[in-house]
Amino acid sequence: MAQHQVNYASSAGLPIALTSVDKLVNWGRSNSLWPLTYGLACCAIEMMASGASRYDFDRMGTIFRASPRQADVMILAGTLSKKHAEFARRLYDQMSEPKWVISMGSCANTGGMFNTYATVQGVDRIVPVDIYLPGCAPRPETLQYAMMMLQKKIRRESADMKKNVKQRIV
Amino acid sequence: MRKYTPKDNVQKKSYYSDRFWVAPRVPTTEVEAGSHFEAVVNALSNVVTIKDVGVQIGQLRIVINATDNFKTLQTLRDACGYAMCSEISAVDYLAQDGEFEVFYQMLNLTEAQRVRVVCRIKKDEAVESVVPLFKSANFAEREMFDMFGIQANNHPFMKRILMPDDWEGHPLLKTYPLHGDEAASWYEVDKIFGKEYRDVVGPENRDPASVERYDSQRFSRVGYEVPFGAEIEEGKEEENPIAYSETFMVDYTTGTTTLKKRK
Repeated sequence: MAQHQVNYASSAGLPIALTSVDKLVNWGRSNSLWPLTYGLACCAIEMMASGASRYDFDRMGTIFRASPRQADVMILAGTLSKKHAEFARRLYDQMSEPKWVISMGSCANTGGMFNTYATVQGVDRIVPVDIYLPGCAPRPETLQYAMMMLQKKIRRESADMKKNVKQRIV
Repeated sequence: MRKYTPKDNVQKKSYYSDRFWVAPRVPTTEVEAGSHFEAVVNALSNVVTIKDVGVQIGQLRIVINATDNFKTLQTLRDACGYAMCSEISAVDYLAQDGEFEVFYQMLNLTEAQRVRVVCRIKKDEAVESVVPLFKSANFAEREMFDMFGIQANNHPFMKRILMPDDWEGHPLLKTYPLHGDEAASWYEVDKIFGKEYRDVVGPENRDPASVERYDSQRFSRVGYEVPFGAEIEEGKEEENPIAYSETFMVDYTTGTTTLKKRK
């Protein structure tokens, strides 16, 4: 009787791929991260450069969407003024779950050099942040790295977003 | 005993004062006879009372009564060729003189000359709007109102321009703290979540280098890493030595290097 050795790890065996729901879902989520086309200040210029042909976010499956309804990621790129905080939060609320936030640059992280009355001192005061990206302004490579770190983070998460620990902000 | 002055109302007092600071003064010269500026002064003196006049950094500075501002700018525009009003704003001299200095920066494009019309008003006084004369005054007077609280009478749309409409206070006043007053520091929290969420969000952190030792969501201490969001308490943290590091540790004390001899 012939002995068949099935190698499950490669497709040479049976036409079966074994995985978990979490991995499958997160594979899909992490490889098509669609950020919102939303720039606040000079960091947005670097964000645009990351999206354009030279750095080319599209090859990572990261395509900027012009509507919060279609976006998964909010990149808060730049100084968030107190007048605008309300609108940033409204855009975040309009995004459908699952959603993630990248705080890009010093101003978004901590208020940066704008230690004044009119600037939000860190966007984590209004939205839960997943990745803090340092720099003033961070280079496009840095934003790419942040996206890759976010992908890594998503792959570790549970497919059920309720089980994932988010920063405690409302 | 020293006289007691209540210190709780910081809004009333200037947030910074240097006792030994002497503000530098721009040197003022007389208006030269036969110059373009003399013609301007002569044209204006027929219409309004000029309180003071002088040339500073090649620009004419005319001090007038605040009630004459419309007439002055009209004369400058129609009779002297100052067709452009490049800036209107104010300077807070409340602590020093109890007055605001409102200035109008005028530009004559054919003569390439500038005139600064200056007038002083007390707190809670208003100036007449010059929007009928210059369209540019519309936004400038709104900004003046936003930043100093100086109203312009008969302005078509007297509303804040830079700060949000429900903002409290006028930020360019010397009495306004740089980091904002109570209302300013909670503005976005109150607006988005409501006042009851002040405790959840917490006060503003003005130190960008601060590290919260037991916040495992935003910080992780090297050698003491815990999973994201794990609860850690003081004294209960477990040491978690790094298993792998990208940095190569080179012990220079034990290593011996000998230079190879050239062949």
